[in-house]
Amino acid sequence: MKYDSIIIGGGLSGLVAGLRLIKKQKKVAVFSLGQSALHFSSGSFGLLGSVDGHLVESPVDAMGSLPAAHPYSRLGKDHAASLVAEVKGFFADAGIKLKGDAGRNSSRVTPLGMLKPAWLTLEDFVTADDLRNKKKCTIINFKGFLDFYPDFLGAKLEAAGMKVNKAEIVLETIEHLRKQTELRASIIGRTLKDADIAKLASQINAVAVDSDVVLVPAVIGYTSDKHFNDLRAKVNVPVFAVATTPMSVCGMRMQTMLRRRFEQLGGTYFLGDQVSDGHFAHDGRLESIATVNLGDDRLYADNFVLATGGFFGHGLVAEPKKVIEPIFGLDVEVPSDHDLWVDKDFFATQPYMSFGLSTDDKFHPLKDGKPVVNLYAVGAALGGYDALKEDSGAGVAILTALNAADIIAK
Amino acid sequence: MEIQEKNISRDNFEQCIKCTICTVYCPVLAARPEYPGPKQAGPDGERYRLKDPEFYDAALKYCLNCKRCEVACPSNVKIGDIIQRARLKYDKKPVKLRDRMLAETDFVGSLATTVAPVTNFFLGLPVTKKVLNATIGVDEHRQFPKYAGCKFESWFKREAAPAQSQYSKKVAYFHGCYVNYNNPKLGRDFVKIMNALGYGVQLLEKEKCCGVAKIANKLIDRAKHDAKINLASIRAAVEQGMPLLGTSSTCMFTMRDEYPHLLDLDNADVRDSMLLATAFIARLVENGKAKLVFRSDYHKRITYHTPCHMQKLGWAIYSLNLLRSIPGIEMVPIESACCGIAGTYGFKKENYTTSQAIGKELFDSILAANVDLVATDCETCKWQIEMSTGVPVENPISIIADALDVEATIKANRK
Repeated sequence: MKYDSIIIGGGLSGLVAGLRLIKKQKKVAVFSLGQSALHFSSGSFGLLGSVDGHLVESPVDAMGSLPAAHPYSRLGKDHAASLVAEVKGFFADAGIKLKGDAGRNSSRVTPLGMLKPAWLTLEDFVTADDLRNKKKCTIINFKGFLDFYPDFLGAKLEAAGMKVNKAEIVLETIEHLRKQTELRASIIGRTLKDADIAKLASQINAVAVDSDVVLVPAVIGYTSDKHFNDLRAKVNVPVFAVATTPMSVCGMRMQTMLRRRFEQLGGTYFLGDQVSDGHFAHDGRLESIATVNLGDDRLYADNFVLATGGFFGHGLVAEPKKVIEPIFGLDVEVPSDHDLWVDKDFFATQPYMSFGLSTDDKFHPLKDGKPVVNLYAVGAALGGYDALKEDSGAGVAILTALNAADIIAK
Repeated sequence: MEIQEKNISRDNFEQCIKCTICTVYCPVLAARPEYPGPKQAGPDGERYRLKDPEFYDAALKYCLNCKRCEVACPSNVKIGDIIQRARLKYDKKPVKLRDRMLAETDFVGSLATTVAPVTNFFLGLPVTKKVLNATIGVDEHRQFPKYAGCKFESWFKREAAPAQSQYSKKVAYFHGCYVNYNNPKLGRDFVKIMNALGYGVQLLEKEKCCGVAKIANKLIDRAKHDAKINLASIRAAVEQGMPLLGTSSTCMFTMRDEYPHLLDLDNADVRDSMLLATAFIARLVENGKAKLVFRSDYHKRITYHTPCHMQKLGWAIYSLNLLRSIPGIEMVPIESACCGIAGTYGFKKENYTTSQAIGKELFDSILAANVDLVATDCETCKWQIEMSTGVPVENPISIIADALDVEATIKANRK
């Protein structure tokens, strides 16, 4: 089969690249080995939360202070900033409503009630801004749901001067689940029906009479935001979701909505298929790939995007004393001295977290030292940054994907 | 280091990082929460079972073997295989009479077709359904597929076989029990298309049931026996330069993947030669080696349902591309979801409610799509969707055959 562009990897960066390309090209395919790291989403995207351990106020401004090897530095500060300005609209086109501003980080609320820097946050999720000037908060939980922690969250809010009311709600549908299985966010999200949302709303109204804000665990709406909007329409005070521990219902929703939009526009998404090899032409271009499912029906494209992720997504694989890129055997930037891979202090910045593919300045990965000029590496397969320490994973995934798609479509 | 390198099982079970993404996509779990779910039933449970078989949990029988957990797994763990292998290895309960009857599609089919009008009459009677429900536990709500008066094999030998020798290019056809006993028209449609494209069709020397129902019902020795006969015939066909084509996604999936994974039969030498007919034809068309010409008076609004095993094979694209190439077809997309039947699973009285609850999402989206016809590559999905929505369901091969301008296609493919 022949495509204009093929994207290997179907998570955040792969879907963003695919969606951007399908608006400009006719035939675009995404191959995904399985479901993605979006299923662990906090409900927020980070652009740049901290640099060298210091919190960043304005991520766009702080991009200028990053080392030269950082993906943002390689995009160029001005180019990165212009892409940043497009992101909200890009997601809105897929039906994903985000709030936030790259000029100033906001604070998302973690499942344990901690505040962490955030760039964009799903419309239904709470940020510190949503709680400003609020006096009394009701925190809702479902009886027996253990992946949400009203006590921790409540203590943090009380420490910040709010009055907190905690209420446990019993819904028949969830009780039925609780008695038979592990009560997880994902199964609640999948099971709740329209009628449950109405019942939930009336119970919330009954317990949150004198509150001016209501917080609920983020278990509502796994394929669209319809149920959450229904809940908001029926509850008398503003309602916001707070992240639970994974599976992330809002992450499942984002994955579904991005893929749905990509397919609506004519893209083809191959789920559960593994790219097994690539044929390179004499000039070093990637000509075709093969997959496990499609066998000897090779896939040809003018351009390819490598969005296979880092260690979690198997875009990088750690083997004894070496790190490899498993599909094409691309060059990986890793210190030859094995002692420099890991800091023995577990909580320190870990060098292996910023390992990634060697690329040229256009993000073409190198193979045996030479750039593959029709292949682009995006997202967590890139090195030079530490997504965990910087809160920059989503930002790098989105911006490098948009950048690669724009170069290809030009 | 040696331990690290050698510590990879055939199911990739050590690669499970307990992320639980598989449980999110398990169709059974939401409908039947007492099922432990793929992570617990699969890699988690396996750790315990390896220590002591006593840890085997009978609830594993609720697994549909749809493989959606494997499709979702980012670490390539063969979760569905782990669960099915555990069932075959540890579940020592004797196989019920009902399960034997449901699984012996070959034997039951042969008997039923000989007296097809009588069989169909009795299977359609409410009283028969009540009796089957009460005695052996086949759910009374089920509609049975109708048995054909004349087997596909008999028709082929009498009507089609002599003409096949005129074609220089040839393919072998695995018709399966469904085409042979219930829907010979699908087989005739396949022959019609292949002949129009300039390919002769041959049946296998000996064809047995692919074994999917026997595997699901733990009749493992019987399944293996049949699988060996099939593989020998397939090898003979492939040696003569013919690919083996089928029109049922489940038969093809079973012979390609379940033979090596669950029956321990190596098929590596012929695996790539076993293809679904739509995959074979779509590749010919894509590579400019064949041309389909369609009638201008064929107009239908259609949606395509991706059967779970088709999702696992990753071949829905081929059926979709062929259907989209028919000018008179308006395709309405729906999201992929399990129909809930899972072969013989949904026929069992104890599974009926679960089966329908699983399928509800799909039934609702089919009804909302407001289509003339649903296209799908699996016969049991067809029965389930027709019974549950009232919308007619056809195999893409039959739709292509109905829309085909045979004369023009023959001309276009004559070199």
